[in-house]
Amino acid sequence: MLTYIIRRLLYSIPVLVATSFLIFTFVSITGDPLGRLRSNPNITAEQIHSIEHSKNLDKPVIVRYGYWVHDAFTKQFGTTLFGNRKIWPDLQRVIGHTLQFILTAIIISVILGIGIGVYSALRQYSLFDYTATTLSFVGFATPVFWLALMLQVLMVQIFLKWHVRIFYTSGLSSSVGAGHGFHFLLDRVQHLALPVIALCALSTATYSRFMRASMLEVLNSDYVRTARAKGLIERRVVMRHAFRNALIPLITVVALDFGGLFAGAIVTETIFTLDGMGYYFVNSLFASDPYPVMAWLMVVATMVILFNLVADILYGVFDPRIRYE
Amino acid sequence: MSSPGVRDELSIGPPGTQYSMPPAEGPSDPSEELTYQYGLEIEARSQWAYARRRFFRHRLALGSLIVLLLIFGAGLFANFLAPYSYTEINLDALSAKPSLHHLFGTDSAGRDSLSRVLYGIRTSARVGVLVGILSTVIGTIVGGLAGYYGGWADNLLMRVTDLFLTLPLLAVLLVAAKYLGHSTPTKLALLLAFLIWTQIARIVRGSFLSLREKEYVEAAKAAGAGDLRIMLRHMIPNTIGPIVVSATLTIGTAILLEAVLSFLGFGIEPPTPALGALLNEGQDQGIDKWWLVTFPGIVIVVIVLCINFVGDGLRDALDPTQRRVRA
Repeated sequence: MLTYIIRRLLYSIPVLVATSFLIFTFVSITGDPLGRLRSNPNITAEQIHSIEHSKNLDKPVIVRYGYWVHDAFTKQFGTTLFGNRKIWPDLQRVIGHTLQFILTAIIISVILGIGIGVYSALRQYSLFDYTATTLSFVGFATPVFWLALMLQVLMVQIFLKWHVRIFYTSGLSSSVGAGHGFHFLLDRVQHLALPVIALCALSTATYSRFMRASMLEVLNSDYVRTARAKGLIERRVVMRHAFRNALIPLITVVALDFGGLFAGAIVTETIFTLDGMGYYFVNSLFASDPYPVMAWLMVVATMVILFNLVADILYGVFDPRIRYE
Repeated sequence: MSSPGVRDELSIGPPGTQYSMPPAEGPSDPSEELTYQYGLEIEARSQWAYARRRFFRHRLALGSLIVLLLIFGAGLFANFLAPYSYTEINLDALSAKPSLHHLFGTDSAGRDSLSRVLYGIRTSARVGVLVGILSTVIGTIVGGLAGYYGGWADNLLMRVTDLFLTLPLLAVLLVAAKYLGHSTPTKLALLLAFLIWTQIARIVRGSFLSLREKEYVEAAKAAGAGDLRIMLRHMIPNTIGPIVVSATLTIGTAILLEAVLSFLGFGIEPPTPALGALLNEGQDQGIDKWWLVTFPGIVIVVIVLCINFVGDGLRDALDPTQRRVRA
C-alpha cells in the first residue's frame, strides 16, 4: 500500500510538470499583460520596454518558463506583475477559506446524495423517487450562478418584507461584531449557508442519480438474491450486502466532481463576495495579471491530482478485490 | 429485405468498379417470394424510420422538443414578437415591476425586459447551435482519426485531454476568454467550440476503437475497401447515435457556459442582449429588482432542461439494439 502511494506520488510529478508547462504557455501566449499600458497614451514606448525588461517579458516563452518555475520554488510563486504584491500569502488565505467552503459542500452533498439515491432505489417508482428524479433533472439544467443569485434575491426580499435576517448574502464574516467562539461559528454558518446550498445543488443531483443507479444494479445482483434466499432480514441485506457495494463507484464520481467544484466556487464566491480562491481568480483576471492566475491554476491542478490519489486509495479500502501492490 | 445498401456492401473493390457479385434481385429471390407469400415479411423500414418512431413515442422528449422549438422560434422571430425593441427606453416605467404593459418588467433605463429576453434567446441559441455544430465536426474528425489510426496522434489527443481534466473547464475558459477576446457571439462560439470539442472526440475515439475490431470492418477491409470508405460507410453510421446525442447535449452545455461567462463579464458584452449578459445587468442594477434576474434564468433552465430531455430521447431512439417500440 505504502509503495503504491509513493509510486503514485512519483508518477504525479511528470504530470504536474506537464501541467505547469501547459498552464504557463497557455496563459502567456494567449494574452499580453501589458496590453492596457500600451494603449495608454501617457506611457511611452521606453517605459514599456523598461517594464518588459525588468519583468523579463522580452525573453522567449521557454526562458520565462524557467524563471517562473525558479520563482515558484524559491519565492513561493513570486509577486504579482502590477504592484509587486506577494502572491503566496494571499493565496494561502483564500485556499483556507475555499477548502472550508468546498469540503463542507462535498460532505453535505455526499450525505444527501447517498440518502436520496438509496431511498429512491429502495422505493423505485414511488412518489419520492419521481420527485427526486424530477428535481435532479432540474438541478442539472440550473446554472450554479443563477441559483446563487436567486437565493440572494430571496433572502433580500425576505429581509425587505419582514426585516428578519436568516442568512447573510455577502462576505465571509460580519465585519463588526462577529464575536468569538460560538457566536463566530454561528456568524460563519449564516454567511456560508447560501453559497454552500448553491454549490451543493448540482453535486447532490449528480450523486443521488448515480447512487440510485448503482444501488438498483446491486439490488438485482446474484449475491443479493443469495443473501435474501438464505433468509436474512431485509435490513441486513440492504445495509450489509447491497449498500456497501453500491457505495464503491460513487468514490470515482465524487473525485471527478472535485475539479468542477472549483468552477462552482468561482461563480458562487464572486456572487457572494467571499474572500476565497474563486473570487481571487476572477479579480486577478480582471487585473490582467498573469502570475496569480498561473499560481492559482497550479494550486488547483495539484489539489485535483492529490484528491484523485486519495480517491484511489479509498477505493482500495472499500473494495477488497482491489489490492495495490 | 433488399436495399441497395446491402448489395453495395457485397461489391468487391473500390466504389465505381463494377465487378460486383451477381446481384440478388429482390422479388425474384425464391426465399423472399416465400416470405411474401406467407405474409411473414414485416414492412421494411430504414433505421431512421425506426429511430423516428421510437423518438415520437417518447412523450417527454417529444414535448421537450416542441417547447424547445417554440422558445428558439420566439428568439428567431424576436423582431416580430417582441413588444418593444431591445433598446427602446420608456421613461414612464423605470425599474417597473412586471405588469400587463411589461410582462417581465423593465430595467432601470426603462427598457422592456421581455423584449430583451427574446433577443437574448436569439443570441444564446445562436451561440449554442454554432458550438454544437463546430465542436461535433472537429471532435468527430479528430476523434475518428485518433481512434482509427491510433499511434502518436491518439496518444497526443488523450494526454492533452487528460491534462485538461486536472483543470476546471470554467477556469480555462475564463483565461482564454479574457485574453483572446470574446465580445461578439461568433467569437465566443468559436472559443467555446475550440475548448469543448475534446469531449466528443473522446466519445468518437472510444467507439471507433471498439468498432475497428468488428467483423464487418474486417470484412470490408478484406473486400478491399479503403480507410476513408470504412470510416465513412461502416464506422460513422454505427457511431451516429452517440455523436447526435452528444451534439445535442453540447448545445445545452454551450448555452450554460455562454451564460456563466457573460455573467462574470468575460462573455458577450452589452448592448448585445444574451441571457447571461442580462443576468449580469440585472445583478448590477440591484438585487431588489428580482424580475430582472428571475426571468432570463428561468428561460435558461427551461432551454437546458428541454435539451437534456431531447438528448435522452435521442439516446433511446438512436440505439439500434433497442427494439422497445415494435413496428
